[in-house]
Amino acid sequence: MIHRKPNSGAHVGAGASVSHIMRQVILALMPATAFGLWCFGWPALNLFVITVTSAVFFEAFCLRLSGRIAKPVIMDGSAVLTGWLLAMTLPPWAPWWIGVVGSGLAIILGKQVYGGLGQNLFNPAMLARVALLISFPVELTTWANVSPLFFSHSPGLVESWHITFFGLENLDASTGATTLGYIKTEFSQHHLLSESLKDYSGVLSFIGWTRGSLAETSTLLLGLGGVWLIRQGIIQWHIPVALLLTVTVLSGFFHSIDDQHYASPFLHLNSGAMMCVAFFIATDYVTSPNTKAGQLVFGAGCGLLIFVIRTWGAYPEGAAFAILLMNAATPLIDHYIHPRIYGRDRKGKPLEIPKS
Amino acid sequence: MLSFFSKQRIRGGVHAEEHKAATAALTIVTSFPLPKKLYIPLQQHVGKPAEPLIRVGDKVLKGQLLAYSQGMISAPVHAPSSGIVIDVNDYPAPHPSALPIRMIVLETDGKDEWIEAQAVADPFLLTPEDISLRVGAAGIVGLGGATFPTAVKLNMGRENHIDTLIINGSECEPYLSCDDRLMQERAGQIIDGVRLMLHGMDTENAVVAIEDNKPQAFLSMQAAALPYPLIKVIQIPTRYPMGWDRQLIRYVTGKEVPVGCRSSEIGVTIHNVGTAYAVHNALRHGQPLVSRVITVSGGAVARPMNVEVPLGTLISELFSFCQVDSELTARIIMGGPMMGDALPQTGLPTVKATSGVLALTQNELKSDQEQPCIRCASCVSVCPAGLRPLDMANNIRINQLDVAVDLGLKDCISCGCCSYICPSNIPLVQYFKYASGEVAARQQAQHKSEQTKRLIDARNARMERIAQQQREEELARIAAKAERERLKAEQEMAV
Amino acid sequence: MYVLSAIVSLTLLGLILGLLLGIAAKYLKVESSPIVDELESLLPGSQCGQCGFPGCRPAAEALAEGKASATICPPGGSALAEQIAALLGLDLDLSEVKEPELLVARVSEATCTGCTRCFKVCPTDAIVGAPKQIHAVVADACIGCKKCVEICPTECLQMHPVEVTLRNWRWTKPVLPVASNALC
Repeated sequence: MIHRKPNSGAHVGAGASVSHIMRQVILALMPATAFGLWCFGWPALNLFVITVTSAVFFEAFCLRLSGRIAKPVIMDGSAVLTGWLLAMTLPPWAPWWIGVVGSGLAIILGKQVYGGLGQNLFNPAMLARVALLISFPVELTTWANVSPLFFSHSPGLVESWHITFFGLENLDASTGATTLGYIKTEFSQHHLLSESLKDYSGVLSFIGWTRGSLAETSTLLLGLGGVWLIRQGIIQWHIPVALLLTVTVLSGFFHSIDDQHYASPFLHLNSGAMMCVAFFIATDYVTSPNTKAGQLVFGAGCGLLIFVIRTWGAYPEGAAFAILLMNAATPLIDHYIHPRIYGRDRKGKPLEIPKS
Repeated sequence: MLSFFSKQRIRGGVHAEEHKAATAALTIVTSFPLPKKLYIPLQQHVGKPAEPLIRVGDKVLKGQLLAYSQGMISAPVHAPSSGIVIDVNDYPAPHPSALPIRMIVLETDGKDEWIEAQAVADPFLLTPEDISLRVGAAGIVGLGGATFPTAVKLNMGRENHIDTLIINGSECEPYLSCDDRLMQERAGQIIDGVRLMLHGMDTENAVVAIEDNKPQAFLSMQAAALPYPLIKVIQIPTRYPMGWDRQLIRYVTGKEVPVGCRSSEIGVTIHNVGTAYAVHNALRHGQPLVSRVITVSGGAVARPMNVEVPLGTLISELFSFCQVDSELTARIIMGGPMMGDALPQTGLPTVKATSGVLALTQNELKSDQEQPCIRCASCVSVCPAGLRPLDMANNIRINQLDVAVDLGLKDCISCGCCSYICPSNIPLVQYFKYASGEVAARQQAQHKSEQTKRLIDARNARMERIAQQQREEELARIAAKAERERLKAEQEMAV
Repeated sequence: MYVLSAIVSLTLLGLILGLLLGIAAKYLKVESSPIVDELESLLPGSQCGQCGFPGCRPAAEALAEGKASATICPPGGSALAEQIAALLGLDLDLSEVKEPELLVARVSEATCTGCTRCFKVCPTDAIVGAPKQIHAVVADACIGCKKCVEICPTECLQMHPVEVTLRNWRWTKPVLPVASNALC
């Protein structure tokens, strides 16, 4: 007499869960996010909250549309994480609708349309960011000056709502170009690097005291968060190392040939959210390859594309594009690079019996 | 990562929480009270079931042959105690379905009287073939859980002229410690059994592999093997599933067993320490396999222990001896928690394969709330066989079984590492077991379809033949009649 | 001028290529066996009628015309359904289809009179027996067509599901909890 359906397989488990993984990633992002929010003040906080909330809202909306109960799925934290990562890549003082549209694109087009968690082909945050960049180039290239909270020139609460909901008024006073953007425009006016980088400070860009995305400016904090995540076993070292190494080697090679036209590896590594992409975005489980070797190829490909787009492409920053392109290549990488089954050769035929 | 380029010795595997402390420190309990009834299945091994030669009502002694082996791959079954055979019938099997199989029910008389021993003075004087015969006659099968008839394995080893016998003392499953205690307490007998097996396979080298979480067992076995320099005792890293025979062979010898081949074809064969111990008992004392050491453990067990029980003991009796709280028990598992089977009830007997019976509480079990696969690929990195569980399971879920087979479904050993590590609690091994069964069923359906066609064609041919025959007979009858009339007419003409 | 020459040249091109295609269609044609024959060869051929058609050839014709679904043949099971779907290029959703329960006939020995009517109609010769002897069904050969059940005068033949034993027991597919079903 059978009382319940037979259970098989391992009866015990390692105790990991999807929400645990999401929580760890969010924890790793906290220092950089807090620093970014502090650096850019209340408008940044407004945008951040709006983006994350709309991500959760859109996820719940999609789930209800398909007749599922929303709460358990929201609790796994993946929508929060997507909104969080997207918010981090946006210009800090972008208007509220950028956050909402971006979240909508990320969650609906980037994730739910494919079938929900685990089914998407492209990184949702990057998909949204690229869509926003191409659709609204002005808003997405308006970089606010560093105006930290509680300092004199930081906008107050009321002023920040004004900025978030009605847009920036005095653009020239409060915004400017990022390092990479500035270099690109200077090249178009035939100014060389030694002139463009007169005011560049390596230390400040390492810490993150520079214009950039909401929470991606701090190489230091993002790098620390990423290393901690590797220690915790949430991500592997292969993709970040391959990505950063490729960028370093390529930029170093070109910089050594011509340091007036090619920026140094140090500059590349410390700008345009390199650390965030390397540790948090490229390492997304769903869109990266399954094997260690495949991950190395993926990371190297990302690094190559980032460098190529930055150096010879029209855009100053190419990380989002590079990620999307490599995401498309992931199934191909997985098809060709996979473990060898015990007792078979790489093609799948049984091994020969060794003659001894 | 470099392992991608070099031939690594251990691949994949997980560091499962061991939970062995409760039982590994206690001596094997030999005072288990003799049960009133023993339920002995006729099939406790791989191959054809044994054929009973006793009848209901027969009085038997302990160790007496109850059923003889059938065919090349089979094993006999002996009485675990003295008493009367009260039934030979179908009873629920120790299997997740608890479907019935044929069992012999023995009512014990309490005397536990052994049959007169067929002991041999010096088994080393026997020929290797004789050793195999005696091992087979004693009903010894692989006691690590595979239950492959040991005599057949010894014969294969001898015929293939293997050069190394590996003795598997890894016991990599959590909770189980019966092999550990056996090695600590009865090392001498085990080594003797190893020597006998070596003799039975006409070879000299043996390696005893013990996981390094069992330091006492290692020392004990090392001491027992000291007088025999060709029997090496080594420690291996503790990592489930080190006890998987192919993983162990690659670690110890560096050689890989090709798919579709047996390990003896590459010069190695593996036996469990418990099997070696049983071989010693059979050849030195003439005792067939009638009892074994079982680990009873788990959160719901008040007195966890290793206990020596006669085969055929019902799990319910085992549990009451070990004071298992049935309220707390969320799942009963026969074997280890990674590869063992969940049993639906306790009225099932222990068999030769039962290395442990666990009563786990809800806390100790994995959650069964399956969430979507997040493609973290942890399963790929832990799979010791080099498969891609996530791809196979995702294809099985959408009924693309052929794709799953192409990905290597048939090479899955069901070790459970992937299910263990999956953060989404996907029951991966159950997908694979389901798919294997489904593929086999479809092949059977295919064969049946072809057989049906053949039967129908045969029948049509038969009906055709019968019709043809009838036509010929009809024609012959008409011809005969015509002939008779012609003759008659001729006769009339003549008159 | 250019327009005229463009019109003329494209028209000529079209005519020539069309002519070539016509020649190829005639002389390079690949002879393929009619799909109905191939379908018929896949079906068991026992003419049992469980599909609702009077035999396997009419069923094959209906399948070729798209009037019958690929899962129409119970004795063939899901294996056959997959083959038919592959041949016809159909999408087959087996998850919705429950494996048709294969029934086999069994003789109730108490009421069998040994009239031999059943084994004369069995298309696979699955019934063994002789006049005035109790008949028996060889379950392995029985395809569940029910012809014997219909003809038996004492109604001693009954259809039973195939017995599940430890030998043919199979693991069930894990069922996803509803809340986390993926959309596709």
